[in-house]
Amino acid sequence: MHGVPLSWYLILSAVLFALGVSGFILRRSVITVFMSIELMLNAVNLSFITFSYQWKQVNGHIFSFFVMVVAAAEAAVGLAIILTVFKNRATLNIDDVSSMKD
Amino acid sequence: MLLWLIPVFPLLGFLLNGMLGRRFSKGVINTIAIGSVLLSFAWVIKTLLGLGDLKTGYTEQYFTWIQSGILSVGMDFTVDRLTAVMLLVVTGIGSLIHIYSIGYMAHEGGYYRFFAYLNLFMFFMLTLVLAANYLVLFVGWEGVGLCSYLLIGFYFDKKFATDAGNKAFIVNRIGDFGFSLAMFLIVVNFGSLDFGVVFSSAATKPEGTLTAIALLLLVGACGKSAQLPLYVWLPDAMAGPTPVSALIHAATMVTAGVYMIARSAAIYTHAPAAMQAVAIIGVLTAFFAATIGLAQNDIKKVFAYSTVSQLGYMFLGLGVGAFSAGIYHLMTHAFFKALLFLGSGSVIHALSGEQDLRNMGGLRRKIPWTFVTMVCAAVAIAGVPPFAGFYSKDAILAAADQHYPWMYWLGVITAGMTAFYVFRAIFMAFFGTYRGHEQPGIMLVPLVILAALSLAGGALFKVPDFLAPLLGAPEEGKDIGPMLISVAFGFGGIFLAWLFYVARPELPDRVAAGFGGLYKLIYNKYFVDEIYDAAVVTPLVSGSREVLWKAVDATVIDGTVNGIAHRARGMGGVLKLLQSGNIRSYATWVLLGSVVLLLTIGVLGGLR
Repeated sequence: MHGVPLSWYLILSAVLFALGVSGFILRRSVITVFMSIELMLNAVNLSFITFSYQWKQVNGHIFSFFVMVVAAAEAAVGLAIILTVFKNRATLNIDDVSSMKD
Repeated sequence: MLLWLIPVFPLLGFLLNGMLGRRFSKGVINTIAIGSVLLSFAWVIKTLLGLGDLKTGYTEQYFTWIQSGILSVGMDFTVDRLTAVMLLVVTGIGSLIHIYSIGYMAHEGGYYRFFAYLNLFMFFMLTLVLAANYLVLFVGWEGVGLCSYLLIGFYFDKKFATDAGNKAFIVNRIGDFGFSLAMFLIVVNFGSLDFGVVFSSAATKPEGTLTAIALLLLVGACGKSAQLPLYVWLPDAMAGPTPVSALIHAATMVTAGVYMIARSAAIYTHAPAAMQAVAIIGVLTAFFAATIGLAQNDIKKVFAYSTVSQLGYMFLGLGVGAFSAGIYHLMTHAFFKALLFLGSGSVIHALSGEQDLRNMGGLRRKIPWTFVTMVCAAVAIAGVPPFAGFYSKDAILAAADQHYPWMYWLGVITAGMTAFYVFRAIFMAFFGTYRGHEQPGIMLVPLVILAALSLAGGALFKVPDFLAPLLGAPEEGKDIGPMLISVAFGFGGIFLAWLFYVARPELPDRVAAGFGGLYKLIYNKYFVDEIYDAAVVTPLVSGSREVLWKAVDATVIDGTVNGIAHRARGMGGVLKLLQSGNIRSYATWVLLGSVVLLLTIGVLGGLR
């Protein structure tokens, strides 16, 4: 009995990544942008696990751990920044946070 | 023998008076200034007595100044008979003029500065005379040019004085350029600038090279000794105080060119074309300047043109091979020309600043000593035997007659004109009617000494015989005819002057009116200054301003440098657009960058 073909996992990973990128660029709310970043990271995790299964090596698993740790730390810091920005600017629209312009 | 003390005494005087003189009293300044020159003179006497008959030169080498490749130049001083003559003239007449200046400059401002500069001049002139190689000579050469500039422009608040100082220095510079080129040629061809080396091997070099070197040295001498065409600075240099005119522009600095050519006799005797050039320039200058001197009304200008003319005689003497006759005339000219200038200073002093001959007169009884001494100088310069000028001028004219009779005749006519304009000045200033006051004694003593030298110096100091071992025996005339002719012309000039300015005072104006155009020509110095201004100075200045300044400097160079700054700003302006402050555009750039990176890695064959 065959399992799910490997290529499907990779395609899923690519689609998730593309969705993450488009969300990152096209969304207006800061929190949605962050969620897109997390989505991108998870898509990459999936890709790592897939390849690790393909080559029967443990490297991919280890690297996913690293990615997850980084994602968690980044989320913590990023949310702290968002809170501060919201307190100062009273808006979650990233286009309005542009006082460095000109 | 400590030759170096000779120039160093005046140098010390310059340093002391220059740096501390502002706080010294006049007495202290005088003691330092005069004392240093007198010490120098005394040391010269001591050295010459100690060196014996000087048939060969005596050299002292102090240290190696330049050691570079093939060229090795030492700071060396040398004394031979030629140096001895020059040293005595420079220090002797220098001392007398320093003493005279005490009286002349007593009422002037900047007293200590004047003596400081005068001492500095003595230092450089003595360095020039004592030099044992061309480079040390050139140090002295440039130095006296500097001092000339400083002293001509001594009254620095008068524009015409500072202009004259500039003119002297700049015209001299042209001559110095020729001198420098000559030195380069000497280094290339002889491998050394040392007199001993150059002169002993001069005979072995090709004539063309020697002619080139000699002609370039001549250019330098023309600048320093005010010959055609570089004489224009000397009449203007009369803007300086009269002792300066006497010392620098009569007795010493302007003779540096003559000395240099006499020193380089070994080169010139092997380059006959150059010697002919020297003689031609000399005789033409002598004649030309004498014609201008006929019509000048400023007493100092008359003597200035006379100096140019007499220097022309010296060059004539050098050019026909009578080197020692040229130096002989240098010495006698120093006596009577310095005296004429100092005497005219006396006259100007007595009339409280008046320099125009037409406003002078009747000073004969008012300043009798000045009158007597100036008449001594006048008869000497007119070539009346047996006074100094007769011997030296006759030696030159006799030699000229042997080689180029036309030069002899020009020289004789010039002698007549010389007698005329000098006695014209004497008659206009001292005869007739006016008033004035006699000089302080201290100004008279040098006049009397110089008068004695003018009368007896020619007979006493037989320079050509003295210099014969070094420069060749003087040529004797075949017969007495040429000598009589020149003396006759001299007396003729004196008689004409007497006729024009004492017996028939209305004659000069009638003659001037009769010769209208010619008179205007010589009165305006042949418009040479105006010609130079139009032909050389104005094109240079406007060329500098229009081409070099506006076009090259402002447009090209500034444009390039400023243009680079503009480009940098432009690029910065473009790159600035990246910093939009818009977070989404940053994200887009990150994405694009990563895509490009991945593609590049893929194209280049992957990570493995």
